[in-house]
Amino acid sequence: MTPEAVAAMTAHLSAGNPSSLHTAGRAARRVVEESRERLAAAVGARPSEVIFTSGGTEADNLAVKGLFWARRTADQQRRRVVVSSVEHHAVLDPAEWLATHEGAELVFLDVDADGRVDPQALAAELAVHGERTALVSVMWANNEVGAVQPVTEITRVAAAHGVPVHSDAVQAVGQVPVDFAGAGLDALTLTGHKLGGPVGAGALLARRGLELTPVLHGGGQERGVRSGTLDVAGIAALAVAVEQAVTERAAVTARLSALRDSLVDGVRAAVPDAVLRGPTGPDRLPANAHFTFPGCEGDSLLFLLDSAGVECSTGSACQAGVPQPSHVLLAMGLDEPTARGALRFSLGRTSTEEDVAALLAALPGVVERARVAGMVGVR
Amino acid sequence: MRVLAALSGGVDSAVAAARAVDAGHEVVGVHMALSRNRAQMRTGSRGCCSIEDAGDARRAADVLGIPYYVWDLSERFEDTVIADFLSEYEAGRTPNPCVRCNEHIKFDALLDKALALGFDAVCTGHYARAGLDDDGLPLLRRSVDPAKDQSYVLAVMGPRRLARAMFPLGDVPSKEQVRAEAAARGLSVSAKPDSYDICFVADGDTQGFLRDRLGSRPGEIVTADGTVLGEHDGAYGFTVGQRKGLNLGRPAPDGRPRYVLSIEPVQNRVVVGSAADLTVGAVDGEDAVWFVPAPEDWIDCSLQVRAHGGAVPVRARTTAGGGLRIEVDDDRLRGVAPGQSAVLYRGDRVLGQATVSAAHPAAARTA
Repeated sequence: MTPEAVAAMTAHLSAGNPSSLHTAGRAARRVVEESRERLAAAVGARPSEVIFTSGGTEADNLAVKGLFWARRTADQQRRRVVVSSVEHHAVLDPAEWLATHEGAELVFLDVDADGRVDPQALAAELAVHGERTALVSVMWANNEVGAVQPVTEITRVAAAHGVPVHSDAVQAVGQVPVDFAGAGLDALTLTGHKLGGPVGAGALLARRGLELTPVLHGGGQERGVRSGTLDVAGIAALAVAVEQAVTERAAVTARLSALRDSLVDGVRAAVPDAVLRGPTGPDRLPANAHFTFPGCEGDSLLFLLDSAGVECSTGSACQAGVPQPSHVLLAMGLDEPTARGALRFSLGRTSTEEDVAALLAALPGVVERARVAGMVGVR
Repeated sequence: MRVLAALSGGVDSAVAAARAVDAGHEVVGVHMALSRNRAQMRTGSRGCCSIEDAGDARRAADVLGIPYYVWDLSERFEDTVIADFLSEYEAGRTPNPCVRCNEHIKFDALLDKALALGFDAVCTGHYARAGLDDDGLPLLRRSVDPAKDQSYVLAVMGPRRLARAMFPLGDVPSKEQVRAEAAARGLSVSAKPDSYDICFVADGDTQGFLRDRLGSRPGEIVTADGTVLGEHDGAYGFTVGQRKGLNLGRPAPDGRPRYVLSIEPVQNRVVVGSAADLTVGAVDGEDAVWFVPAPEDWIDCSLQVRAHGGAVPVRARTTAGGGLRIEVDDDRLRGVAPGQSAVLYRGDRVLGQATVSAAHPAAARTA
């Protein structure tokens, strides 16, 4: 968390219940509403479009399930749920759950070798099935390979068929310009801990007229679609962090993309057969680098780099810590052995040239050792 | 030394890792994921396959203050241990999957990967003692607590791998002491039940598992002279020495109970006979490994053929092609099946191990 977000959070830890009408409640409500205004302004939304949640997973569930149920209630034939094949599990799993339990027809949008969705594929899908489609969900930017998706073109295609579009922008806010209204989106997910804010605070932006069926029932605190006493301190910190991430974005990402480029060049020089995965240029998140190392197991690389003091990730962390080949890489056309040799490097505000130098110094020996261990694995 | 501690999520491996830390080693905890589709919670007496077990292993590493990783060896486990388990039963043999897991997973895939990544040894919670004898040869001995001894399932690793293995629990007098030590160290798994079922058989129903994987394969139940006594639904459902579940309508002429003597996989027949026919006079072994120079002449030693069976005195020597011949003058050795692991001991020391390829009835010896 940024010091500013920590300050905002600690300032409001003793806040009252913002739904109460007494003095403490009114003071808390004021903090929530000011935070709502600040957050909305930072991402091109109106305050009334902000639904505070416990984070990205809840916001994604509300978007996917809430839109599906509301759209199907309005018209029983709308059963198709169209998602990209590289979505985060917080979108994929609710969509699969709807297919298993609610009669949804799950449709995957393929990606190209760089992990990007083709809007023409969506156009072809909706030209045939537009009237039977409940929603489209395509992430703003991919968490693993950093591919920034053509969200504006996707909303344009979907709008022609009157189909609402949700985008999980958890990885995008603070990294690339995100404008909710400008992108033509109906719903957008963001979360605190990816942009210098707290874990446990996030939001779903939902267009004012958008019908959503609630997932959490109760007091109806947030627009009648999200119940639960509001977390004043978390919300205050989230708003500060979003505002700060957006304000500082240009400066921070200019530095990080330069650092990332030197990391990419350095990895290629140190390990010539390492392959950069995902797009290059403006279609890639500025702080993301993702490689596959032929003949290596990602978990061996992770272990050896961890021992050398370099923290990285094989893909996305998962429940039991069991490394599975990434569904994102498989969707990009990689085979399983290649996908197992994946390593993602994410740079942050505190990353330095020294960190990159330390990684590059350790990498050749680490890769060589992991290759020997990898040979053991396939024997 | 840099030591990789295999953490199953159980109390033994946690205390073993703790003892390795105490001994001054640089210890890293690794939990092996052996199943792709893991259950959330542990059920029954299975040991290590659920997400709950992985969580217990991680908590143990937290308490010990050591790094913790999960390594996915599920594919290797399926391709070796489970595939061997099925093909052995299919071939009318009686496999021990724990022996195969030690052979192919713990002291092969895991150990090799650990060595490749810069570790010096792998530490597990097995009850056995590893060391060197006076001549500098790797020495595998039974644990101090004879009731917990696991040298039988470890012998297959052979001396080269043993030199890289560490069993810190080999000298504890009892399991109760391990639990007490775990509690004293603040390890929450101190009261976790022991595991003893086959870990990949969901509900302990081995026959059901085999039936699901191998299907129904009806055949005949016969006597040694070929008289058909009944039918079975799959020869894999029978093991040598089995008495119950034969469902033979006719009693034996002498009124005595009948036992499974052997499985004939080609004819898909189960051969039954009297208790006396089960007594074994000689055993042939294959793929032998030795912790001592392979004996080209007869040596006197003792033989164990089950994880929880006693040892009987035998004489043994090598045969051509890495084989082993064992001869027995002791009526206590009964119901030995091909596929079982035969482990030779002198006192508490493991001399060698082989997989049983054939067991010859004692009746043949006297005839």
